[in-house]
Amino acid sequence: MDNSDLTATPRLATKAMLKHDRVRDVELLLLPERVVLLNKSGAAILGLCDGSRTVRQLVDQLERDFEATDLVNDVMMFLQDAHGRGWVVT
Amino acid sequence: MNGTPQPYGLLAEVTHQCPLHCVYCSNPLALLDRQDELATDDWVRVIREAAELGVVQVHFSGGEPLVRGDLETLVAECRGLGLYTNLITSGLGLTPGRADSLVSAGLNSAQLSIQGDAAESTNLVAASKRFDKKEDAARIIRESGLPLNMNVVLHRMNLSRLDAIIDVCVQWGAERLELANTQYYGWALRNRDLLMPSKAQLDEAVGVYERRKAELAERMELLWILPDYYEPYPKPCMGGWAQTALTVAPDGVVYPCPVAAEITTMEFSSVRDHDLEWIWQKSAAFEAFRGTKWMPDPCRSCSRKELDFGGCRCQAFALTGDPGRTDPVCMHSPDHHLVQDALVRANQEDAAADGDTIREKLLYRRPRTSARER
Repeated sequence: MDNSDLTATPRLATKAMLKHDRVRDVELLLLPERVVLLNKSGAAILGLCDGSRTVRQLVDQLERDFEATDLVNDVMMFLQDAHGRGWVVT
Repeated sequence: MNGTPQPYGLLAEVTHQCPLHCVYCSNPLALLDRQDELATDDWVRVIREAAELGVVQVHFSGGEPLVRGDLETLVAECRGLGLYTNLITSGLGLTPGRADSLVSAGLNSAQLSIQGDAAESTNLVAASKRFDKKEDAARIIRESGLPLNMNVVLHRMNLSRLDAIIDVCVQWGAERLELANTQYYGWALRNRDLLMPSKAQLDEAVGVYERRKAELAERMELLWILPDYYEPYPKPCMGGWAQTALTVAPDGVVYPCPVAAEITTMEFSSVRDHDLEWIWQKSAAFEAFRGTKWMPDPCRSCSRKELDFGGCRCQAFALTGDPGRTDPVCMHSPDHHLVQDALVRANQEDAAADGDTIREKLLYRRPRTSARER
């Protein structure tokens, strides 16, 4: 995913699954041999990666949900990292 | 629950039946019959109790889990509870229809084993002629939409083929390849002298691994499971005894790790007699080596005790007869000579043997009854 590409439509990789862990009350990303503990923003971003919205729309949504502005850089950075790790595909 | 860790993973060994006879199989030497196996309802209960306990991932293994016709039911139960499911398979018995029904039930991923890069390796190591079925299985897994993970156990007889093994996995479309150097338990321990590589062999393979890992970075994830006999310190086995995962054997007995059944001096409880929560939190076997209080010296006073947790209890038992001793792999272990002796033998000039001699010497994984019949 390119640094400036706000038109990409990221979605969670087939192998990955998001889970709210009721027992520990945490958000998890489950992979074939790995469990990743997500922070609140990471879980929120990945939760919107369903292939139906562009990065721009995803940022807009998060800014509304979190009543925040200027999230675009943080979101882009997180998505690039997640893409590099194979968590999301575009 | 204060203080008691919560497990993330359940290894569900649904059967010991398997079409392969791998000489390094991690199943116990005393394999269980089909009649000893838990019924579907039992497994459903185990899965529910595991979810309550904090388990988020269920790995279906065996033996060959595809032998069980109720696998779809169990996978669907996991899906209903929001658990991630992984099928660990030899690939034998996987048809497109079976893969589709498992995916429909909610299977999240599959891990396919190979023994080497060609039919000869499967024949020599697993006494099976069905390498062709593995290639079919890889295709079936990918076509079903599942990510293809692969694994190969590495040892003296296939380490020199590492480049070719990696090529096969790339060709078959694997996303991830586990290069698992043999861990010496059960069948592998019986075959240790034939499986243990020389230092030179291992060094060469490490070079291949590092080169290919860099080359394939964008395409396939490569993992190297350390050959612990050659390490100065033991592996932090399972992240410590009864900390992060549990194994339920085909007969319902629950272990902190897949090879703990080997520790014959300990008593492990069954889900037929107790619920999983009690076994995990209260049973003597699970409490025995939790944390660091049980440790003898040199572990007790070692700065690494929170890093490797004294190593592997099963290895300590297998080599010394006492699961409470320091893992003999550790250079500080008073039993370290047991590991050193095995390495000396593996590095002698005459340690090599040709294919036919090896085949005669290898002990293949088979149920005891059929071994007697033979």
